[in-house]
Amino acid sequence: MIKFFLMVNKQGQTRLSRYYEHVEINKRTMLEAEVIKNCLSRSKDQCSFIEYKDFKLVYRQYAALFVVVGINETENEMAVYELIHNFVEVLDKYFSRVVRHSIYYEIFLP
Amino acid sequence: MPAPIRLRELIRTIRTARTQAEEREMIQKECAAIRSSFREEDNTYRCRNVAKLLYMHMLGYPAHFGQLECLKLIASQKFTDKRIGYLGAMLLLDERQDVHLLMTNCIKNDLNHSTQYVQGLALCTLGCMGSSEMCRDLAGEVEKLLKTSNSYLRKKAALCAVHVIRKVPELMEMFLPATKNLLNEKNHGVLHTSVVLLTEMCERSPDMLAHFRKVSLVPQLVRILKNLIMSGYSPEHDVSGISDPFLQVRILRLLRILGRNDDDSSEAMNDILAQVATNTETSKNVGNAILYETVLTIMDIKSESGLRVLAINILGRFLLNNDKNIRYVALTSLLKTVQTDHNAVQRHRSTIVDCLKDLDVSIKRRAMELSFALVNGNNVRGMMKELLYFLDSCEPEFKADCASGIFLAAEKYAPSKRWHIDTIMRVLTTAGSYVRDDAVPNLIQLITNSVEMHAYTVQRLYKAILGDYSQQPLVQVASWCIGEYGDLLVSGQCEEEEPIQVTEDEVLDILESVLISNMSASVTRGYALTAIMKLSTRFTCTVNRIKKVVSIYGSSIDVELQQRAVEYNALFKKYDHMRPALLERMPVMEKVTTNGPTEIVQTNGETEPAVLETKPPPSGLQPASEANDLLDLLGGSDITPVIPTAPTSKPAFAGGELLDLLGDLNLTGSPVSAPAPQIAQPPFLLDGLPSQPLFNDIAAGIPSITAYNKNGLKIDFTFERSNTNPSVTVITIQASNSTELDMTDFVFQAAVPKTFQLQLLSPSSSVIPAFNSGTITQVIKVLNPQKQQLRMRIKLTYNHKGSAMQDLAEVNNFPPQSWQ
Repeated sequence: MIKFFLMVNKQGQTRLSRYYEHVEINKRTMLEAEVIKNCLSRSKDQCSFIEYKDFKLVYRQYAALFVVVGINETENEMAVYELIHNFVEVLDKYFSRVVRHSIYYEIFLP
Repeated sequence: MPAPIRLRELIRTIRTARTQAEEREMIQKECAAIRSSFREEDNTYRCRNVAKLLYMHMLGYPAHFGQLECLKLIASQKFTDKRIGYLGAMLLLDERQDVHLLMTNCIKNDLNHSTQYVQGLALCTLGCMGSSEMCRDLAGEVEKLLKTSNSYLRKKAALCAVHVIRKVPELMEMFLPATKNLLNEKNHGVLHTSVVLLTEMCERSPDMLAHFRKVSLVPQLVRILKNLIMSGYSPEHDVSGISDPFLQVRILRLLRILGRNDDDSSEAMNDILAQVATNTETSKNVGNAILYETVLTIMDIKSESGLRVLAINILGRFLLNNDKNIRYVALTSLLKTVQTDHNAVQRHRSTIVDCLKDLDVSIKRRAMELSFALVNGNNVRGMMKELLYFLDSCEPEFKADCASGIFLAAEKYAPSKRWHIDTIMRVLTTAGSYVRDDAVPNLIQLITNSVEMHAYTVQRLYKAILGDYSQQPLVQVASWCIGEYGDLLVSGQCEEEEPIQVTEDEVLDILESVLISNMSASVTRGYALTAIMKLSTRFTCTVNRIKKVVSIYGSSIDVELQQRAVEYNALFKKYDHMRPALLERMPVMEKVTTNGPTEIVQTNGETEPAVLETKPPPSGLQPASEANDLLDLLGGSDITPVIPTAPTSKPAFAGGELLDLLGDLNLTGSPVSAPAPQIAQPPFLLDGLPSQPLFNDIAAGIPSITAYNKNGLKIDFTFERSNTNPSVTVITIQASNSTELDMTDFVFQAAVPKTFQLQLLSPSSSVIPAFNSGTITQVIKVLNPQKQQLRMRIKLTYNHKGSAMQDLAEVNNFPPQSWQ
């Protein structure tokens, strides 16, 4: 089960966050900060799955943007990895050019 | 009032903030503007304001004042309003807020709306944050929509149904009829969500699972999967050349649940699994994701062995892949399967060992765990070499686990004692400070047991701490060994290695530096002090130096050290004649294993005048907490008086005098204590009070028996058992003498079959007075976890009428209540 879906930039600013389980709002910011810290400290030769507390993080980097998905142990990590890519591809096709600011501008436009 | 700014503007403004404080200021200003706008009940801009509020909420700022506004938006007729309203409801509201119930009516109306998009919005929101009351109210609507022909609505209804089932499991049956036709759809969206719904139902309810197995869901799924694989290129479902991999993975997962523990279903899916495993493209990550899921499914169901071998080979191939994600995934799966398919995984051992050198932390951890699982008698030398090398170079967080794993593996599969000791020494020197606390007593016990290696061991340990005495476990073991075998060290006799020339002073130098050093923990200092004391009997020329050291520490700030030093001082002064006997060499210790001993082992306990928790064995083998309880009771001390082991024939009386030291308790002669099995019962000191019930909740009276009655010597057994711990039987023996002369030096020994464990406590005395004028009592504790029939063989030795008597007997007449 997917617990949360985050898009965070390298400076730690959250560009998009969606939680599928209830998490207190102050805990969210802490969680996001820790998660991005974990992802930033990984080098290129390390795998994209991090064991964090009692769930796993699957992350993927696109330029300066990190897409991080938190999953529990029933999920197929590699399928989620593909899902992230699929998501970015969809955004790309839909908004014709995926740029950091475009993502959050376009999603929130009514 | 000017029109509130658009969301884009807000985002742009926030992005220009350079510091967190600036951003907070901007957001607060905007929040204030939004709040006043809400108060004015402005309909036109409400949507815009709520959108901005949602953005700020996502950044982590409180936005609860927008909840009611969301409700107002939901109630509006404009689609754009509804859209933002529902989004707001999903993000800001949940069942903890009371406000959410107000939504129920809106959602109900919208579920029946004419526009499918509105219906879709309502379904999404309900499926996201619906509480159990809302779900109960609206489940009927959802079920209706599940049966509609509109695939857009059907897929959303399926996901909403999943949420409803999670919140209110009783409603599961309601959705059952609708599931019949779900899999007949062509639309992948509906198929996917239907499979999710079916998975949820099967996971939650075994009845549903049985039902679905019966209605031949498996063939349907197999058919769908086959179509997916065999169908040609389909642009709307293609991901890197594979058609809808997400659906394939979902179906495989559902098949796994259906096939678990069910032979028929497993058989029905064997073919398709083999087909997927062989036909899937492995060049891209997508294909590997599907293969991974297939492997997991094969391992979980009752597949045939050929299929299992295929699965493990796939995993082996993964291990050789360059992509670290795939290697990680492979190692994780192999770890899960190594228990069941051990041999197949062994084939890939070399690749796994290579993964120990990988750069990625997660991969290294997996590889380490897997390596430990694969060690066996044949490959232990090679594997150990690799693992020791790994221990050297790995990160600190691994070292403790790796060290413990190496100890365990070495214990189980050591090809020779020397290799075992070498390995342990290697671990202590490379990762000494990360070793777990229980490794020290285990290691000490191992060393004492390998008698022929004593000289070699002590020499190596001495060399190891010469340079560096900062690693506490290493120093503790080394001090203990030097204390015990210091004489071997200075005599320079070592067969295995080149002997080194060490003088007594050098040895004392190193021990003293351990004592003085700031790096030594209190425990370590205790070990060192005791070692120095022991050397007073083993060394010849430096006894004065030892006396000096010991007296210095008599005023140490550390209470533990002070107590030890004072007592050792007393040994030097008042009880010097006892010192040799006290500080004798430790005997071979029986390892506390789960197989009970067949023979009693007499331990030559080294009597420490005070019992302290950090003492080295023999108390190391016994839970120290027991002794502590009794210290309070009697202010006494651990009593395992000095008695030589059977082979030597030193008189027992040295122990006798020593015991007078201990005051109240008149324990002379030959107690025979077996090493304590792990029973947490009050031991030792209550022996002086034989009639004291040892349990607070004694089982109803068990009849006592006469175990032995010959030549005037009668031995009675009385039993006690606890209701809380029925596998322990406490037997109190009473030995009486009906002849005209005393029986002296009475020793009682007992042996029990392998499935039992025995503990003999000290007897009350070793003299049985004549004419039945007194008895010797002794307590025996028997641990009988398997509740087998109690049998015992006893051996009695005593002096009577000037001659030594000895007798063997078997006791078979135990009452059933004592062991059943």
